[in-house]
Amino acid sequence: MNNRIAKVIEETAPKRKVGKNAFQAFLIGGLFCFFAQLIIEILLMLNLEKELAGNVGIAIMVFLGALLTGLGVYDRIGQYAGAGTIVPITGFANSMASSALESKSEGLVLGILANMFKLAGSVIAAGVVSAFIVSSLIYLFRGIF
Amino acid sequence: MRVGKQSLIFDNVYIQKSSVIVGPREFAGPLGGLFDFHYDNLNCGEKSWEQAEMAMYKKAINTCLNKNDKEIKDIDCVISGDLNNQIIIGNYVMRDYDVPYLGVFNACSSSVEGLIVGGNIIEAKNGKDIIVSISSHYATAERQYRSPTEYGGQKPETATSTVSSAVATLISDKPSEIKITKATVGRVIDAKLTDALDMGRLMAPAAFHTIKQHFIDFNVDEDDYDLIITGDLSHYGTELLINIFKEYEIDISKKHMDGGLLIYDRDNQDVFAGGSGCGCLPSVVYTYVEKQMLENNLKKVLVVGTGALLNPIIIAQKETIPAIAHAVVLERV
Amino acid sequence: MILLYAFIVGGIICMIGQLLIDIFKLQPIHITVLFVFSGAVLNIGGIYDKLIDFAGAGASLPISSFGHSLAHSALEKADEVGYAGIASGMFDTTANGITAAIVFAFFVAVIFRPRG
Repeated sequence: MNNRIAKVIEETAPKRKVGKNAFQAFLIGGLFCFFAQLIIEILLMLNLEKELAGNVGIAIMVFLGALLTGLGVYDRIGQYAGAGTIVPITGFANSMASSALESKSEGLVLGILANMFKLAGSVIAAGVVSAFIVSSLIYLFRGIF
Repeated sequence: MRVGKQSLIFDNVYIQKSSVIVGPREFAGPLGGLFDFHYDNLNCGEKSWEQAEMAMYKKAINTCLNKNDKEIKDIDCVISGDLNNQIIIGNYVMRDYDVPYLGVFNACSSSVEGLIVGGNIIEAKNGKDIIVSISSHYATAERQYRSPTEYGGQKPETATSTVSSAVATLISDKPSEIKITKATVGRVIDAKLTDALDMGRLMAPAAFHTIKQHFIDFNVDEDDYDLIITGDLSHYGTELLINIFKEYEIDISKKHMDGGLLIYDRDNQDVFAGGSGCGCLPSVVYTYVEKQMLENNLKKVLVVGTGALLNPIIIAQKETIPAIAHAVVLERV
Repeated sequence: MILLYAFIVGGIICMIGQLLIDIFKLQPIHITVLFVFSGAVLNIGGIYDKLIDFAGAGASLPISSFGHSLAHSALEKADEVGYAGIASGMFDTTANGITAAIVFAFFVAVIFRPRG
């Protein structure tokens, strides 16, 4: 590619609104976490044991992520929030629900079931492999010392 | 007739009547009143996005035949293009039509590629009446190239919105008000860009290259044209194209318009940098540009289709995204 | 107070993700993979556990907690039954979230239609 053109391309590259996006991600991500903690506090007040409250709280957030996806709202929040909707576990639920929903036209098996983990598979695989390596190292380390 | 390095002259190719079928967002845009028909819902009443695009495409073919007072048996060939894998939209719709069929693909420059291929057939007297049909659809393109439509990812400002439209044009050797006089076939240009969410900018170098080559082949410049219209560079691609020409001391800003900026109202519609997709350029050419030409406001127009040649697998292999631009000249006769 | 810390810590973790996307031109998939890996790594010295004690959902809602949970329960089981426990115990805590995600995603896909 011509050097003069490459130079023009380089010089006119559009800048992303880093500050604005960062703030929006902080706001929405923070709100999701605040809301989740609120739910957990309510569950604790209802005398649920700590671990159960945590689990139910997460399950409720996952439900909300999936529901908002089905209602066509999650993607709008996501356009504003960026990582604020991707990083929380609601984003994980969204990635699964949206992939499954999109492939609905291919039916139950070849569509919904086959495509559910299309985007989310990477998270599970990465999580398990990382956890395996880290926990193995820690176990080994403890064994030695 | 071959001219220069990449160009052709046509003596006998004329544009007849075209049909432009669009979706809700395009109807809500600035050119809304000029389209033949619009669907109120992106799914066009069908069970899948692909079926929806096929419905639009079928409507375009039928409307084109009606407008030109013809039946499919009067047509010598249908040339078709879209953005789906294996260009299935035309393939599946045309199984119901008894007519020779050629599929073309050069991403969003397919509409001009179709005119060039069809023009060559007519010029060689191998056919008289040829339909060039193109479609694109927002949801099928998202599925094909990006993420599920309900996915919560964030698109940057440079992203473009695929136009949902199907366009069918009849070209023939029968003289009409608008003639296709020249064509320049583009070559693949790789500006070494990798951002699939900034397609406008990565296609601009290809548009520049084809326009420049066109000027060289015919020994003309921007003053010879009333309008130079690119397909879907949208806001950032247009900016880059004008800047590249400025680097070569040419100012095309007064003669240039872009389909992606004409089909949507960026200020009031959620379309980021503007429109894209292979339906974008023809939707604008066969309505807005054609109207201006018929009213004698434009006499000579350089139409430049721009296409980004990518697929998600090759991008994941850390490849860059090349582009191509094809051009034809429309003249008021 | 934990509500405030949840908001702040959760917000910061998401903000870091956004900065990585905008500055290094990464995609969402890179961020989620990186964060889940980081969550696993922060098991060392019980760092992530302390973060959850401090910020509650601010640390347990982001996807990084997923990596933490996997490593944490893998270790817990291994401490009980030996090394093989790493595999058999890994999904103990995350089973809740994954089951919920699969079931709810499935029903959403069956009930709703994509809008485009």
